[in-house]
Amino acid sequence: MFWNVLLLALREIRRNVMRSSLTILGIVIGVSAVITMVTLGGGATEQVSAEISSLGSNLLHVRPGQRGRGPGGTRSTADMFKMGDAEAISREISGLAAVAPVASQAVQAISGNQNWSTAVIGSTNAYLQVRDWPLEDGRRFTNGELRAGKTVCIIGSTVRKELFSNRNPLGDSIRLGKLSCQVVGVLESKGQSGFGSDQDDFVLLPLRAVQRRIAGNTDIGGIYISAQDGISTEKVKKNIERLMRELRRIAPGQDDDFHVNDMQELVSAMTGTTRVLTGLLGAVAAVSLLVGGIGIMNIMLVSVTERTREIGIRLAIGALARDVLMQFLVEAVVLSSFGGVIGIILGLAAAVVGARLLSVPFVLNPGIVAVAFVFSAAVGVVFGYFPARQAARLDPIEALRHE
Amino acid sequence: MKSMIFHQTDFPVPLIELKGVTKVYGKGQAAMNALSGIDLRIDKGEFVAVMGPSGSGKSTCMNILGCLDSPTSGTYLFEGVDIGKLSRDQRARFRRHYLGFIFQGFNLLSRTSAVENVELPMIYRGASAADRRILALRALEAVGLTGWESHTPAELSGGQQQRVAIARAIVTAPNVLLADEPTGNLDSVRSREIMEVLTTFNRERGITIVMVTHEPDMAAYAKRIIHFVDGRVDSDRPNTEVA
Repeated sequence: MFWNVLLLALREIRRNVMRSSLTILGIVIGVSAVITMVTLGGGATEQVSAEISSLGSNLLHVRPGQRGRGPGGTRSTADMFKMGDAEAISREISGLAAVAPVASQAVQAISGNQNWSTAVIGSTNAYLQVRDWPLEDGRRFTNGELRAGKTVCIIGSTVRKELFSNRNPLGDSIRLGKLSCQVVGVLESKGQSGFGSDQDDFVLLPLRAVQRRIAGNTDIGGIYISAQDGISTEKVKKNIERLMRELRRIAPGQDDDFHVNDMQELVSAMTGTTRVLTGLLGAVAAVSLLVGGIGIMNIMLVSVTERTREIGIRLAIGALARDVLMQFLVEAVVLSSFGGVIGIILGLAAAVVGARLLSVPFVLNPGIVAVAFVFSAAVGVVFGYFPARQAARLDPIEALRHE
Repeated sequence: MKSMIFHQTDFPVPLIELKGVTKVYGKGQAAMNALSGIDLRIDKGEFVAVMGPSGSGKSTCMNILGCLDSPTSGTYLFEGVDIGKLSRDQRARFRRHYLGFIFQGFNLLSRTSAVENVELPMIYRGASAADRRILALRALEAVGLTGWESHTPAELSGGQQQRVAIARAIVTAPNVLLADEPTGNLDSVRSREIMEVLTTFNRERGITIVMVTHEPDMAAYAKRIIHFVDGRVDSDRPNTEVA
């Protein structure tokens, strides 16, 4: 019986191909909009969190100055850190995997006739650990080099590309300002950060070398800290804040003159934002699905009026009200599911193209595909029910008289 | 040929019996008596023509006989069972199993082939696709439409369309065939052809036929003629000049 009803619905839809396609257009647009939005949104979320986690796992970053102010604007009011601060942190705070004090400067790097303006970062091997950054070639700094502040360097892949193109840089020297230093290692490429800057564009030197030979002071611009796995970065952050207030002698009630960035916080903030955006776009798309449903109801009502005589015939020869209800309901559901399937295909196609244009990954979300299909079928049930009930309630005598 | 039997007393249960059936449309001041007390008895195998001017209540009576409508008061016994008070769905099931309908306007589904039109009532009976096809083809053969099975109503003449409608009505082997001016839209030659088909079914299959008609020529094919006037049975007599 159900098979008959289904065949009947398909035939009825085929009879009015033009009208049927226009009827389902609303559903098609609604569903494809939902699919496109959610898929692209999912891709963007994934990309953002992947990029942020590429900064390093469980990463905290302590900087002088208050949050929200640029680093330049705070330098006059807040004292820079000293080596003692980093030592205090690694000594006093439990649950840390590594602590990397960093001093950085913008420099001009020269090798042969190649010239590249980049940043020099002075730190320890801990920097590579906190940033979770493997070497592509060469080695890390030795303890002796770090203690003595030797002029050896590990270069990022962008610097390598700009200064050495295809040559092997290991053992070669580059000039950083007036300083000549030997390349002992090359880092793997991390690519662009979530904020669009090139992460690979820097030269890493022992901290002391940068302080003495380039900056000419003992300042530390910031401290990267990575917490051990399973340790709450939130708790570590609180402990660091307490310790730093003590070290910097900040009276109770006074504002911090430093701040601690928690990358986990950043991840959840960023993914939260994209999720909210995805949700909003999805809601807009859902509204168009609703409009599509009303379109189906409209056409089904017209169809019931047009086919009043047919309904009369069916009722006279023994169709139950239920049979007629089913016939029109199934027709509406088949229509809207058709729209759903076409919408899903179009939406996924648009998402593939969109993902390429926006250079976000295409992340297929089977859940949303299923939800979109079920939802479009449900639209058929909800908006098909009223016209179908109209049809089922017709008086066979009246319906047969209908011209 | 069976002898004509009317008001046969030794037949314990008549096929159809109406007792004091009334039908009132509207309420209060606007109330209109379409039927004001009909007593009628139709036995199995009869061929009854119902005549009367428009507004005489013959259509209303047919609707009640066809279980498309229920009487306001009175009883409708079908094989002794009171079916006047059935619910809508029960009436639909009753129509499905006991009745066949033929209409003046043929009332075939457009853009649907003859054989599929004939199959329609069996879909609601839950017959399998194979059974439906076999029975439908047999019914079309019985009305002389072999070779026209796949034509749609638009491709058939009026007479052929009415034959498809007859095939659709008899395909379920109903007890009663209700025909509402079956020749009203046809010329006299086609009309006579249709009447021949109906007479054959009445004679050979024993299907009881109740037919509304305006035309005395067509009523002449029946074995009994009932005249309606003003919602009452005016005359009810055997047809002495069976065509």
